Amino acid sequence: MSVPVDIAGVSLIYGEGGEGTLALRDATLAVGKSEFVAVVGPSGCGKSTVLKAVSGLHGVTEGRVTVAGEVVTKPLKIVGMAFQNPTMLPWRTTLKNLLLPLEVADGLRDAYRRDPAPFVAKARELLAVVGLKGFEDKNPWQLSGGMQQRASLCRALIHRPELLLLDEPFAALDAFTREELWGVLQDLWLRDRFTVILVTHDLREAVFLADRVLVMSNRPGRIIFERAIDLPRPRTLEGCYDPAFVDHVHVLRDHISFARST
Amino acid sequence: MIDRRRAEQLAPWLAMIALIVAWEGACRLFKVDQFILPTPSSAFVALWEFRVAIWKNALFTFTTTVLGFAIAVVFGLLLGLAIGASAFTYKAIYPLLIGFNSVPKVAVVPILVIWFGIGFVPAVLTAFLISFFPIVVNVATGLATLEPELRDVLRSLGARKIDILLKVGLPRSMPLFFASLKVAVTLAFVGSVISETMAGNEGIGHLMVSASASFRVPLVFAGLFVISFMGVAMYAVFAWIEQRMTGWAYRGGTAA
Repeated sequence: MSVPVDIAGVSLIYGEGGEGTLALRDATLAVGKSEFVAVVGPSGCGKSTVLKAVSGLHGVTEGRVTVAGEVVTKPLKIVGMAFQNPTMLPWRTTLKNLLLPLEVADGLRDAYRRDPAPFVAKARELLAVVGLKGFEDKNPWQLSGGMQQRASLCRALIHRPELLLLDEPFAALDAFTREELWGVLQDLWLRDRFTVILVTHDLREAVFLADRVLVMSNRPGRIIFERAIDLPRPRTLEGCYDPAFVDHVHVLRDHISFARST
Repeated sequence: MIDRRRAEQLAPWLAMIALIVAWEGACRLFKVDQFILPTPSSAFVALWEFRVAIWKNALFTFTTTVLGFAIAVVFGLLLGLAIGASAFTYKAIYPLLIGFNSVPKVAVVPILVIWFGIGFVPAVLTAFLISFFPIVVNVATGLATLEPELRDVLRSLGARKIDILLKVGLPRSMPLFFASLKVAVTLAFVGSVISETMAGNEGIGHLMVSASASFRVPLVFAGLFVISFMGVAMYAVFAWIEQRMTGWAYRGGTAA
């Protein structure tokens, strides 16, 4: 289950009237079904804005966003999202946090209410996949930052979204945990093959995870370069030292430097 | 460690005893007239001597206060929800609320008396009027400070506004809500006693006014003691409830 995404000539202005901030200008990109795309760029270039536009959380000023062949005009309902901040609810256990989307998601709410058992089983299974077995009934604040972020990923996936939008989900973690979670995310994606747009400023992360990496210009952002990452999967941390991997990172770094200077 | 905890438990009682002893000592040392500032001991004597009247009036004050406070909790929670739920209502109603809260409640009592007569009703309403404000502000603040990322997560699931409010906003503002109850309940006593003092025929406030009119100053102070005792007791009750309801917000030392 996955969907293609198409962004055509999109401009987006935050704020109303003439004095808003222009975050995107004439951004165009296409993401195929089941494709894993990473968007990298200088800080403040509008990377996160791309996700806002795709998810329909913020309307575009010009151009058109199409998801699964339909123009996005209001918040989509088939999306999972995860952010840098895991935003777990402290009064719910880890398992209950995972189930939150099911309690509110349009279309799933009723099925969940009628028979929660299969959903709970699914949540437990997801937690086991990301290595959180045994932490189901712990409160989020009893988990480390990395564990909370794993749980946040699970929450983004619990309702089997066709499109996963990730906004620097690993940026606040230490290097070891971050690299470990790349593997976790890759496993989840190889298993369920949802479409992913990952926004990050970590080029190694982008190359490790993505089928294709897009480089954005300084604000107002648009796509200035793209590179297909043809490394075989599943990719390993050892593979990060392969010449081919390093070469991808170098090429991307050059383009980011160029983007920052213009 | 045990000794330190014991000391912490005893500290408030020791502070209270120290205050009473210092007060008693100062009154005796400087031979302060009982009409100016009675000694605590004479206030306690008055407390015992007039225990029947004090009990009856304290019960009245307690009833009006708790009733007014109960209305304030319901009203404050609902208004807080309405204000915090959208930026528009927040902007629209907040200045009104500030303006209302700036009005001294003493000035409102005469109006309440015109509408409802003296006694029970104005005391309940004054307790309500003075205590709902902190509840509204805290609930509204709890809702208004919801993380935008979390809102986005839920909205991208097609969550309805009411779901976000009930599943996330409301539980999130509960620690603030319960914290505000502690403050509000002590304010409620201020409200009911103001009303009883100005336009009462019953209650501790009324008792104190009658006592001072007949120069029974120790009895006035006995009344003050009773009010502060009730205030502290209710504060303790709500502090306990707060601990029970929102323990997750006070995770301190017991967490992993």
